[in-house]
Amino acid sequence: MNALFAVIRREITLARRIGAGAELGIVFFLILISVVPFAIGADQKLIGRIAPAILWLAALLATLLGLDRLLQADEEDGIVDHLLLGDTPLMLVLAAKALAHWLVTGLPLSLVAPLLGLMLAIEPGAMLPLTISLLIGTPALTLIGLVGASLTVSLKRGGLLLSVLVLPLSIPTLIFGATVVKEAAAGRAYETPLMLLAGVSLIMLVIAPLAAAGALRFARN
Amino acid sequence: METATKPSLWLRLANPAAFNTLANRLLWPLIIATVAAFAYGLYGAFMTSPADYQQGETVRIMYIHVPAAWLALFVYAGMSVSALGTLVFRHPMADVAQKAAAPLGAGFTLICLITGSFWGKPMWGTWWEWDARLTSVLILFLIYLGIIALWRAIDEPQRGARAVAILTLVGAVNLPIIKFSVDWWYTLHQPASVFRMGGPSIHKSMLTPLFAMGLAYLFLYLVLLILRMKTELMTRRLERLQIVAADKLAKSTGA
Amino acid sequence: MGESKIPFAKVLRLEARGLAVRRGFRLLFDALDVDLASGDILQLTGANGTGKSTLMRLLAGFTQPDAGTIRWLGLSEDDEASTLLHYHGHREGLREALTPAENLAFAAGILGGDAARIPFALERLGAGSLADLPVQVLSAGQRRRVALARLLVAPRPVWLLDEPLAALDVAGQALVGDLLAEHQKSGGMAIVATHQPLGIEVRHLMLGGVAS
Repeated sequence: MNALFAVIRREITLARRIGAGAELGIVFFLILISVVPFAIGADQKLIGRIAPAILWLAALLATLLGLDRLLQADEEDGIVDHLLLGDTPLMLVLAAKALAHWLVTGLPLSLVAPLLGLMLAIEPGAMLPLTISLLIGTPALTLIGLVGASLTVSLKRGGLLLSVLVLPLSIPTLIFGATVVKEAAAGRAYETPLMLLAGVSLIMLVIAPLAAAGALRFARN
Repeated sequence: METATKPSLWLRLANPAAFNTLANRLLWPLIIATVAAFAYGLYGAFMTSPADYQQGETVRIMYIHVPAAWLALFVYAGMSVSALGTLVFRHPMADVAQKAAAPLGAGFTLICLITGSFWGKPMWGTWWEWDARLTSVLILFLIYLGIIALWRAIDEPQRGARAVAILTLVGAVNLPIIKFSVDWWYTLHQPASVFRMGGPSIHKSMLTPLFAMGLAYLFLYLVLLILRMKTELMTRRLERLQIVAADKLAKSTGA
Repeated sequence: MGESKIPFAKVLRLEARGLAVRRGFRLLFDALDVDLASGDILQLTGANGTGKSTLMRLLAGFTQPDAGTIRWLGLSEDDEASTLLHYHGHREGLREALTPAENLAFAAGILGGDAARIPFALERLGAGSLADLPVQVLSAGQRRRVALARLLVAPRPVWLLDEPLAALDVAGQALVGDLLAEHQKSGGMAIVATHQPLGIEVRHLMLGGVAS
């Protein structure tokens, strides 16, 4: 337990100190959403209709932000060596790292999403489902990203490759997440996609730390 | 390592020389089988099988398209087995097989996508339709590309092999989820009457050439796989020899 | 809970047999045996490129040998060798944006140490006054001292130190010798890769010693 708290505390301190924390993620989220109307025009109706898609796409991209440094910085500093020698199983340490990353990206993003939803003329009834779907779905994105981060940990320009590896695997999350908001906006029931979204997150919670630990351990020869 | 008196085929194949012997013995029969199966399959596909009462001659694209989809999945399944071979059994040929297979799988997937597009043009009136099957194949293609990109990014073969093996297995776990989610997404948006490719009701006269083409693709894959594996082994051997040569030179010049 | 699970009193033995490592396709070393017991300090020497760091990382369990075995004797059933080790490499394991105290608190959490020992450990290494400065303002020698303080924050019986004296001044180098002597007295074991004298009784192992 000590180890997991140490990991989380350190990540949050770092995020606060080097300014790659919650604020920057939210600013990036805001910018993504601000540029969309310039691409598609100021048609309020059209924007409102595609708002769920825009919000979820923006969340996906904002989560990718900083993932490439999640483990790479530790590898450069030699800290991964210490993680390997720890008393706590590497899987759990990596899960704690993912949780910390989510606390400074996914969580704040989910909380400000309704505000940005207002700007995108989203249906009022879809606000709460939007936040819930992001709260449930962004952990899956972070966990998939954790696998990508550990696979590209020693690569000099791993950021682009990370996105190439991670984005196809994020598609189910995107489908179910965006559908929750779309169905809610249309006034229909959204329990099914929400359950499926939770299912994806749970599956990722099981396999991602395992795969990431394997990648980190095996890829050291 | 193990000195069993009579090693199994599996263990004997761990030796590149033994693999080469077996590969050389299999290569020509496989090439002949490939040519024969293609000849039979293509003749059946374009000559003897009937045109579809709905789709007309266009249906013949199916004989190119559907086996490519089968192989796209088959190659991925094979790569997943190789990945287990790399990670669990540390079989030295497993990563060679996997490295050789990835571009082939990507190739079959691309054939499937391109022929799907050709098939779709007369059927849907567009070159690309976000149809559930085609979309799933597209994502499979993206995963293949990711695997190839990771291979190319890591220069040490051993380290790369393990990273790729893990990515392959993560992909294998995700593929059913992706398939399910895409199907689910498609039914949600499905317009009332849309033509679906390769439905279950295929006439018998079409099945024989289709399976013949499937076999032809499979044999072709095996031929290409063996050739690529031999090339990969030779590349690694060449590197080894270059290093030995460099060492010898260094010693003789006293550097 | 935080303390190392194995008391130093327990006698540990390292038994490495026939180790061989290829780098690329080149043989770094071959048929290498290493025997070490609690209370032994082994000094590892050898020219550049003879595989000192590789051997260290091998013994730490980060990489696998191409041939040979590494066994730790004297472990209880459910102990993993990795939880007995300290590995101190070229990369110091410090994050620049954090202070020495924060870095060591993290190390204590991960390696099963006691964060309450941090002031003492830094003091012992002559870095007590640096505790709350960001690591990025520290000199190479100061960083090295902070990194070595980890050995005292989380007591572990086996130290693998790869060039621990680099960047240290004379006083610092003597300090490392003192730490090793104390570690030896309390029943610890260490392998130190360095060419400089450690000022204590050590055994020697030279890699690539036979001229080829």
